[in-house]
Amino acid sequence: MISSIPVTSARSLAEAYALLASREPGLRVLAGGTDVMVQLNAGFGIERFGRVLDIWRVPELRGVRIEEGTLSIGALTTYTELMASAAVRQTLPALAAVSAEVGAAAIQNRGTIGGNVCNASPAGDTLPILLASDALFHLGGPRGERAVAADRFFVGYRKTALAADELLLRVEVPISSDRGEVVYRKVGTRRAQSISKTILAVRARADGGALAQVRIAAGCVAEVPLRCRQAEAAADGRPLLPETISAACAALQADIRPIDDVRSDAEYRRRASAAVLGRLLEGFGRE
Amino acid sequence: MLRPSLDSLTEGRAVGQSPARLDGRDKVTGRALYLDDLTFPGQVFGRTVRSTVPHARLLGVRFDPAFDWSGITRVTAADIQGDNVVQLIADDQPFLARDVIRHAEEPVALLACADRERLEAALAHVFVDVEPLPPVLDPLRSEVVFKQYLIDHAASGLAEAFARADRVVEGTYLVRHQEQMYIEPNAVCAVPREDGGMTLHGSMQCPFYVHRALQRLLRVGEQQISVLQTVTGGGFGGKEEYPSMVAGHAALLARKSGRPVKMVYRRDEDVAATTKRHPAVMRHRTAVQRDGTLLACEIDVVMDGGAYVTLSPVVASRGVLHAAGAYRWPHARIACRVVQTNTPPNGAFRGFGVPQTIFAVEAQIEKIARELQLDPLEVRRRNALELGDETPTGQKLLWSVSARECLDAVAERSGYAEKRAAFARENAAPGARRKRGIGISLALHGAGFTGAGEAKLKARAGVELTPDGARVLSISTDIGQGTLTVFAQMAADALGLPVPAIEIAESDTSRMPDSGPTVASRTLMVVGGTIAKAAQALSRTLCSFAAEVHGAVAGDVLCENGVFIARGRSLAPFGEIARRWLAERGPLRVVEQYVHPQGIEFDEVSYRGAAYPCYGWSATAVELSVDADTAEVRLDHVVTACDVGKAVHPILAEGQIEGGTVQALGYALLEEVIWKDGRILNTRMQNYLIPTAVDVPHVETILVENPYPHGPYGAKGIGELPATPERILRAIDAAKAGR
Amino acid sequence: MTVRLSMTVNGQPRTAEVPPLKRLLDVLREDLGLTGTKEGCGEGECGACTVLIDGELACSCLVAAAQADGTRIVTIEGIAGRDETLAPVQRCFVEQGGAQCGICTPGMIVAAQRFLDSGAEPSDANVRAAIAGNLCRCTGYQKIVEAIQAAARERGGGA
Repeated sequence: MISSIPVTSARSLAEAYALLASREPGLRVLAGGTDVMVQLNAGFGIERFGRVLDIWRVPELRGVRIEEGTLSIGALTTYTELMASAAVRQTLPALAAVSAEVGAAAIQNRGTIGGNVCNASPAGDTLPILLASDALFHLGGPRGERAVAADRFFVGYRKTALAADELLLRVEVPISSDRGEVVYRKVGTRRAQSISKTILAVRARADGGALAQVRIAAGCVAEVPLRCRQAEAAADGRPLLPETISAACAALQADIRPIDDVRSDAEYRRRASAAVLGRLLEGFGRE
Repeated sequence: MLRPSLDSLTEGRAVGQSPARLDGRDKVTGRALYLDDLTFPGQVFGRTVRSTVPHARLLGVRFDPAFDWSGITRVTAADIQGDNVVQLIADDQPFLARDVIRHAEEPVALLACADRERLEAALAHVFVDVEPLPPVLDPLRSEVVFKQYLIDHAASGLAEAFARADRVVEGTYLVRHQEQMYIEPNAVCAVPREDGGMTLHGSMQCPFYVHRALQRLLRVGEQQISVLQTVTGGGFGGKEEYPSMVAGHAALLARKSGRPVKMVYRRDEDVAATTKRHPAVMRHRTAVQRDGTLLACEIDVVMDGGAYVTLSPVVASRGVLHAAGAYRWPHARIACRVVQTNTPPNGAFRGFGVPQTIFAVEAQIEKIARELQLDPLEVRRRNALELGDETPTGQKLLWSVSARECLDAVAERSGYAEKRAAFARENAAPGARRKRGIGISLALHGAGFTGAGEAKLKARAGVELTPDGARVLSISTDIGQGTLTVFAQMAADALGLPVPAIEIAESDTSRMPDSGPTVASRTLMVVGGTIAKAAQALSRTLCSFAAEVHGAVAGDVLCENGVFIARGRSLAPFGEIARRWLAERGPLRVVEQYVHPQGIEFDEVSYRGAAYPCYGWSATAVELSVDADTAEVRLDHVVTACDVGKAVHPILAEGQIEGGTVQALGYALLEEVIWKDGRILNTRMQNYLIPTAVDVPHVETILVENPYPHGPYGAKGIGELPATPERILRAIDAAKAGR
Repeated sequence: MTVRLSMTVNGQPRTAEVPPLKRLLDVLREDLGLTGTKEGCGEGECGACTVLIDGELACSCLVAAAQADGTRIVTIEGIAGRDETLAPVQRCFVEQGGAQCGICTPGMIVAAQRFLDSGAEPSDANVRAAIAGNLCRCTGYQKIVEAIQAAARERGGGA
């Protein structure tokens, strides 16, 4: 019963680590509440809730900084903060832009990038952008800290590489003009407050008519958000011509494995994803 | 100065203006009290145990012996002392299933407890033992017809008309369920009375439906039940009959526990279990001339009623009566049947069968225009009903017809012709990433109950004198549409008082006359008119009294702006006369009965005659663009013209039109109920999507006032007229076809 | 297990002792008697439960009580003046048809007030985006948008 679930509101990372070290069974992490509270309201799996570790006020998890060619985003950074951050807008504007497409203002004020990453929903709106940006997730716990590349972090449907005694501390994105620009498009079910039907992110640098440093990532088209490596291979290093674009869109079909669900069906997802990828790639030709 | 006639309502000071709504202040300050805001002393909470299978023999209900049931009240069908039947049309729906489960989410048992968490936990410890039976989920395969209708309009000439037609066009159209999604879920509290009866408080549209249903369930007399409507957070038909079920459940628990029982549905429960718009499959076969003139139609409609009859016969009736649309047909044969499936019963939702059948006829008109290569607007104009025309039931339209006027207004305001041409050019351009389209549709909606409905109902409403003005007496409910305010306007004008002098009595079945349910776009036209009549009668009485008191000639006295005057001379302020009457003569109360105008007759067997006293008309133009890559639709502009007879309160009237239009846009573009094995998959607001503010554009409304001579101030109905979704599809067709 | 909350609610210091995961929505409605904030969905979609926490919009059905401790909360009851004069946005809603059934209205007004306080240009697009998280089933949003724009004009500055 919800009223008997104990909560520890940690005020420091050390306090959070101490609780994690106890390895209490059923320990759940609570940040902004936009996911955990929905589950509790719906009565989903309440019996599996042990203690709740409330990290909302852990200062070490906040803050956005640029240091040494890296954009460093604290796990508790909210969508509103991502939208407002000059650092994000300058170095990874796609992330600020997609934040405006998550829920609506009240959700943006409480939802966090850490929540989006750790919930690992295949529909997580920031995830394709993070995958396409070669993001690194910094994890920490009583046993120490480590970093896991985004494309190794999502190991199964809503399953991540996070150990039971670890927290996501921050997301780091390498930034340099070498790496080109990240663009994305979310195809939602409606114009606000919508879960995506499909979402694609592409990073590339247009090098005199050819594409370099290509990264393509997609959400809602598999059980995990994923890098589309066959599509990447078809586009990376190739001249930016219609043939390249069609080849990449065709190759995309081998990368993705969409299903039918309440929001959309597999066939639509395949067609829309290919069409969106095509337009995003075309966009690099206009630089 | 001319003295306005007391017998005719043709002018108003308040009517036609838009005074601030009476309940506005409470609503914007959070003071308005909805059911869940109220606390009843000693209250406990109630929840419903439901079937998870769509069709089964119910073998029994067991309560887990390992669970601690102390302090939890449990009710099953065996506890029902009265009739286990939800009174409505057919006596087929039980409050709690007894031997057979006929739909998923069918109520089987009830629990109540003061501790809500224990109550939630308890639900999982009730076992419903069933022997599943094969469910019928496809209405086209159902063998149980709840009701069927046939409209035969010179049908003997059909074969010949089809034979000589230049073209025969066929089409089949399908619409699915729609969920009302009122933001306040169903909520009722039952409070046991000392006399063994029950008082019900709740969110509802029709207090007397609940009253009668509970009399029967609890086997008590009429005086032992009282039903009070609380401020209701939306209904749209979804709280027409379903509250009887919730109230019955709360009452059964209240009776057994001896405590007030509050039942507030969870959102997912409300979506999963309560009534929805009837899905329909509609087949059209139309004989047309080359120039677009309609010659004949054969229309066949099958509606899915769900597991129990509820209101299906009436929905199907309205559906069949509107299936030919706002057009003139020399010959027509229109059949409609509503059938049973093993899904939760469907019920009322704004439009009540009309959005479904009008959608189909409008789609058919579009198809005809395409096949004949004519402008769809021209096909509509050519065939639109006009004054003096006959409908397929043989009703001669004697007044208030505005089909052409609405079409023309909308075509002009939307720039239809120019845009159509421009979009065709743009869409044909190579590499066009967005295709644009504009479509126009035409609809009508019969105002008030069908046929003899009002004559049978004998709605009663009235006014009583207060020291400073008057109090309106009726059971009609404000569910957001503004009932309280328009009643006050109409009473104020009839009495010659300012609007603030009027109060509206609480909708309480133990105190109010039965003015009928808040449905069928009848509240203003029927009940408002009756209230105005009663107010006029009360005014005449007071004018005579004022004349007596002040030595004037009774026939010279009238009340204006709160003052009794005779031949330009002030006699006394209203309050003085009112208080004097109350002191000397006691209360003054006038209740009138609605009288259906003469000569408006309908044969319910042959389905011939005047189905409705009058019709509302609307035309709508929708401009949109479709993303060629993702098929995402963006609504760019909506213009709608609606003839409501008289806009008693223009802002409220626009509010109905804008709100209804957006519901229709939602139905066309976003809302879909998704089923699996007889259960709904998307029962939450996260996955059944209604429009947000950024999903819909500005809706431009043109209010057309073509008075209905028997309506108060010429007013007809408005609530349901805007709810038809066909307009969007027309525009999408246009865009997709690249036109 | 309970936590002791100290908050400022509508300018007044308020306390409550509640289970830590109790929803702020329920703390407001049950423990503090402020029933103006409504529940429509329990999942942060409809916005009927919208309040301001430390000046920012939040869905109170998604805020655990433990996280509300020490915060400054404004609910619909705190929008009108102390002497009960309606704020401009409230008055415009009443006069212009911004409220029909009224169940979405408290959350809508809180969101609208936040928008007006931001000083952003009250264009149709901006206003609609500001209330995108508040669902209304009655009005079609039109008169809500117009009422907010009217209130913005009253603040001086024009639309």
